Amino acid sequence: MTLQSLDIVRRSATTTPSPRARGAHTGEVAKLIDVSKCIGCKACQVACMEWNDLRDEIGTCSGHYDNPADLSAQSWTLMRFTEYENPDSGHLEWLIRKDGCMHCAHPGCLEACPSPGAIVKYANGIVDFHEEHCIGCGYCITGCPFNIPRISRKDGKAYKCTLCSDRVAVGLEPACVKTCPTGAIVFGSKDDMKQHAAERIEDLKSRGFANAGLYDPAGVGGTHVMYVLHHADQPQLYANLPAQPKIGAMVGLWKGAAKPVALLAMAATILAGFLHYIGIGPNETDERDEEAARRELEKPS
Amino acid sequence: MTNHWVDIKNADLVLIMGGNAAEAHPCGFKWVTEAKAHNKAKLIVVDPRFTRSASVADHYLPIRTGTDIVFLGGLIRYLLENDKIQREYVVNYTDLSFIVKDAFAFEGGLYSGYDADKRRYDKSSWDYELGADGYVRTDPTLTDPRCVYNLLKQHYARYTPEMVERVCGTPKDKTLPIWDLIASTATPTRAMTIMYALGWTQHSIGSQMIRTGAMVQLLLGNIGIAGGGMNALRGHSNIQGLTDLGLMSNLLTGYMTLPNEAEQDYDAYIAARALKPLRPNQLSYWQNYRKFFVSFMKAWWGDAATADNHWGYDYLPKLDKPYDMLQTFELMRQGKVNGYICQGFNPLAAAPNKAKMDASLAQLKYLVIMDPLATETSEFWRNAGEHNDVDPSKIQTEVFRLPTTCFAEEDGSLTNSSRWLQWHWKGANPPGEARSDLEIMGALFVRLRALYAKEGGTFPDPITKLSWPYAQPESPSAEELAKEYSGYALKDLADPKDPAKITRKAGEQLAGFAELRDDGSTASGCWIFCGAWGPTGNLMARRDNADPTGIGQTINWAWAWPANRRVLYNRASCDPAGAPFDPARVLVRWNGSAWIGADVPDYKADENPDLGMGPFIMNPEGVARFFARGAMAEGPFPEHYEPFETPLASNPLNPDQPLALNNPAARVFADDRAAFGKADAFPHVATTYRLTEHFHYWTKHCRLNAIIQPEQFVEIGEALANEIGIATGARVKVSSNRGHITAVAMVTKRIKPLTIEGKTVHTVGIPIHWGFTGVAKAGFLANTLTPVVGDGNSQTPEFKSFLVKVEKA
Amino acid sequence: MNASREIVRYTAPTRINHWLVAIGFVLAALSGLALFHPALFWLSHLFGGGPWTRILHPFIGLFMFIVFVLLALKVGRDNRMQAADWTWLRHARDVVANREQDLPEVGRYNAGQKLLYFLIVLCLLVLLLSGLVIWRAYFSLYFSIGLVRLASVLHAIAATVLVCAIIVHIYAAIWVKGSLRAMTRGTVTPGWAWKHHRAWFREVARGAAKPRT
Repeated sequence: MTLQSLDIVRRSATTTPSPRARGAHTGEVAKLIDVSKCIGCKACQVACMEWNDLRDEIGTCSGHYDNPADLSAQSWTLMRFTEYENPDSGHLEWLIRKDGCMHCAHPGCLEACPSPGAIVKYANGIVDFHEEHCIGCGYCITGCPFNIPRISRKDGKAYKCTLCSDRVAVGLEPACVKTCPTGAIVFGSKDDMKQHAAERIEDLKSRGFANAGLYDPAGVGGTHVMYVLHHADQPQLYANLPAQPKIGAMVGLWKGAAKPVALLAMAATILAGFLHYIGIGPNETDERDEEAARRELEKPS
Repeated sequence: MTNHWVDIKNADLVLIMGGNAAEAHPCGFKWVTEAKAHNKAKLIVVDPRFTRSASVADHYLPIRTGTDIVFLGGLIRYLLENDKIQREYVVNYTDLSFIVKDAFAFEGGLYSGYDADKRRYDKSSWDYELGADGYVRTDPTLTDPRCVYNLLKQHYARYTPEMVERVCGTPKDKTLPIWDLIASTATPTRAMTIMYALGWTQHSIGSQMIRTGAMVQLLLGNIGIAGGGMNALRGHSNIQGLTDLGLMSNLLTGYMTLPNEAEQDYDAYIAARALKPLRPNQLSYWQNYRKFFVSFMKAWWGDAATADNHWGYDYLPKLDKPYDMLQTFELMRQGKVNGYICQGFNPLAAAPNKAKMDASLAQLKYLVIMDPLATETSEFWRNAGEHNDVDPSKIQTEVFRLPTTCFAEEDGSLTNSSRWLQWHWKGANPPGEARSDLEIMGALFVRLRALYAKEGGTFPDPITKLSWPYAQPESPSAEELAKEYSGYALKDLADPKDPAKITRKAGEQLAGFAELRDDGSTASGCWIFCGAWGPTGNLMARRDNADPTGIGQTINWAWAWPANRRVLYNRASCDPAGAPFDPARVLVRWNGSAWIGADVPDYKADENPDLGMGPFIMNPEGVARFFARGAMAEGPFPEHYEPFETPLASNPLNPDQPLALNNPAARVFADDRAAFGKADAFPHVATTYRLTEHFHYWTKHCRLNAIIQPEQFVEIGEALANEIGIATGARVKVSSNRGHITAVAMVTKRIKPLTIEGKTVHTVGIPIHWGFTGVAKAGFLANTLTPVVGDGNSQTPEFKSFLVKVEKA
Repeated sequence: MNASREIVRYTAPTRINHWLVAIGFVLAALSGLALFHPALFWLSHLFGGGPWTRILHPFIGLFMFIVFVLLALKVGRDNRMQAADWTWLRHARDVVANREQDLPEVGRYNAGQKLLYFLIVLCLLVLLLSGLVIWRAYFSLYFSIGLVRLASVLHAIAATVLVCAIIVHIYAAIWVKGSLRAMTRGTVTPGWAWKHHRAWFREVARGAAKPRT
């Protein structure tokens, strides 16, 4: 919200280019979440609530460690806990994934949003919601491959992680990064984060996680929130993290071809009528028709 | 901690046992993450539950709660049998070569000198054999059958891997590779740290569990070295400071002890504590006890403490018995306590057997609560439905609630697990009428003193003569108190070598406890803190995190007791000649004329190592003890005893001695013994613990914490859930012989049934954080279920092992 | 031409019903287009801005659907396809070219009108069902995101087809002179009826000649 308009490289529902003068010459930013270092302490959840002044309802225990039970307009990030019995090693693993906006390079939410400027993408890669432009239609939810945005019941606006764009704009790391006690969440340029991830992956491989890897899915052009996973070959183990996320075919159709085709069809129909009128002309009822009708009517029945 | 938080990054191997550091100490746990990421360290977690710590561990082993001595005893046997010990270390720096008295014996689970009626030992045989020179006889070849090495080997011969599997439920094939990994740190170039917490202390044999861990570390040569140590993770930001300052019923400050009833004679009191060396040329630093004690008495009673009145020795109470929490509530229940001040303490929630607590508090005439929060104890009289089903009309206790400040609303120092005294500054003014504990206690004292001065009494002197030199007597400042516990000169102090040279002027702060004197010319409220506020100012307020050697010592960050030393026993990181065992992690070394290095040497700074002074300078032996002599209630070597509520009928290690089923030296009150449950009615093994989302019973008052963990639950394994026919999220009733709770069941793969002596034992996990006050969903106090019995030495209640029955609610 | 000889084609309740549907359609179309294409987002200003457009659109749609159902029930009987309708359709070229003399006689509605009727019924059913699925404020919660995505596309397609169909419908009223008054005043001239809906005209003549004379 506090980045300047010049930092905006894409706006939702806008068909003309955004200002291009300014670029992210020092590289796009990324948050790297090292799932193998995360202890699920939820300090990131609290830091997020504190920095963003959010307070969700005090819920109930559903028999799981996930609390609140789901993302909401007041909970922009959430730890999701999965107990996994690894059939290869025979070991139990407690996989804990911090869920939240992935800040896609090709954001499905932004594609889907019908309100100009309600969703923007900054030069540094952050995808942000500008709630003052949000109309509350929820198309962002429909468009998101990760099921992240949530509409507030109170104000009808859509909310999600901002990657603390306000903090990043003044050179600070996101609140969750700042607070993470084990250093499982780190923040920097995307290149640096990939390099850091490579070191972590090497360490994990040395500990027997042969399929350790980086989660930076190409289907959405890469993300500005990435994961180091012990089992990068099976992201769905981590509370259904999509294996190959992409903007859905239906969303592509809806927000792609359908828009020009539909307008064209409507315009063509109008044009066809107009040309028909000019070329062939109206179908009028003349005196002869009335006469014929009169005759019919006056016929004895 | 013998070492400190940052030092964990130097470890090659981390063993978390008797604790759950990731859960309870997430900030400190970052150093485990560092060790793993940058030191290629491996992490081992041994716990009844697959915990948050286990979730990031390389190896996890299950264990039945309360059986850690069997596991560690097995490990000791493994290390000895396979000679995986650091021989140069143990021969020179421990008592393995010491000869033990012939009268000392161990048979059928009991040591020599047991009195079954008193449940106490006569410890006179538990000692070394002295030679004609008055020193302990030793056998450096370790061949004498009565040397500690052979007694140790003999003692743990019974602790076989098969026994471990039978008692702990830890499968042998999984245990042995882990022991082998641990044994790899017996080389001087590999270090293992042990991190433990309440998972070891809260057992009836908790102190002995910790000792067993320490013995493992000594065998491996892991004490006193960077990346090693026995590291107690303190559960409260200042609980280390609490014990340091002697806030236990039997302690004075700096681990000096109150005299007991028999010790009416001052000089005898000192002589019993100023221990003479047991081996030649040992420092035996407690020889200076008199200096610490006199300086302490001068800090408390000032001019009223004189040589003539033995520095006010008569002002000190002489204990007829320990007055620990369990004892106090027993007396209260018997109607022998009229008034009680709860200062930052919530015993209704924090002490075992809530029903007994309720009954005890109701016996009081008055109860004063000093707390920033509306604690359950302050509302023990209120009927909160099933969560506190009492009848207020039957309770006559008058309750006064004095709201106090929180830590962020006052200046002061907190002592963390690393023994660092870190000064902190007030961040906000307290709300409403809240006052700091200093203001409340100061004002109370001033009024009491006036009353004693006016009305006299049997013995008003300890109150009326107490030194109270604060600028605002009703509100002493944190700075004034810090300077007092650190210490200052009362007179000009002359250099003992050159009486013409004045080293400290009267009134000047002292630089360290080496400057303390026994002639009344120095005052220091807590000798181990001496120097924290030195002549150059408040060292606790230092915030220089420079780490020039890269070993994480940061010795200009705050101030660590003792003497700003960061790693205790660091002399032991060098070989007998003073060269570091591991040149890659040098803490201190002998340079030919002095001990230098990244840390403050834990040794006489100019002592030539050739003279044979041992590195464990607080012990009169100069070395570390495997044989505890008379220091422990249960015996010189840790022996496994079952928890007081055990699923077993006999102790598998001593099956023929019923007295050895449970800790034979633990104090048990009759009514509490009657309230123990048996396995036939309560077949499930329960353990209580904390969750990372909450801090004790405080944060349920905080909305943020309540949001991320709102409602009480208990954790049970899938096998038990199937047995009682419930799914996760259903409600269950958990009962012990003392009461019941109901809670949401969290059914998990992380708790597996164990096979103990051929039968299946289910573990039930009971997080503690809920109660009937606060903003989180109301719940039951977990201590509704727990038994009243303490560790034989510390009287810490056995919260970690008891019996319950779980059923569908 | 004598006013008294005019033929009643739509009674007042039918006319009112039709125009309610028409108003509903126009509002739903405008608000829907505002949400559908960024180039038309300015249309949201007609409804008080984006959020109001989002709030109102589904209610307008519901309204349209309900009044349309009433209308459709009224005129449904006359929109059943008959054998002659298929002949009529085969002569679509003549229809477009205003050569009605070559067409079979038409009843109350011609085959084009009937097809339009069924098309609108179909579109509105699709719009209603898909619209409920994508109605974020109340219902989307209960559906999977995959279904919401499918519904979004179906809603857009159905709306496009409907808009085009209605354009044809409106143009037809402009093209075939004398039609509009049937929906404004309720009557057509006998000549109009004779020319465009001769079978219906004869039916009316048989039954209505007496009272009308």
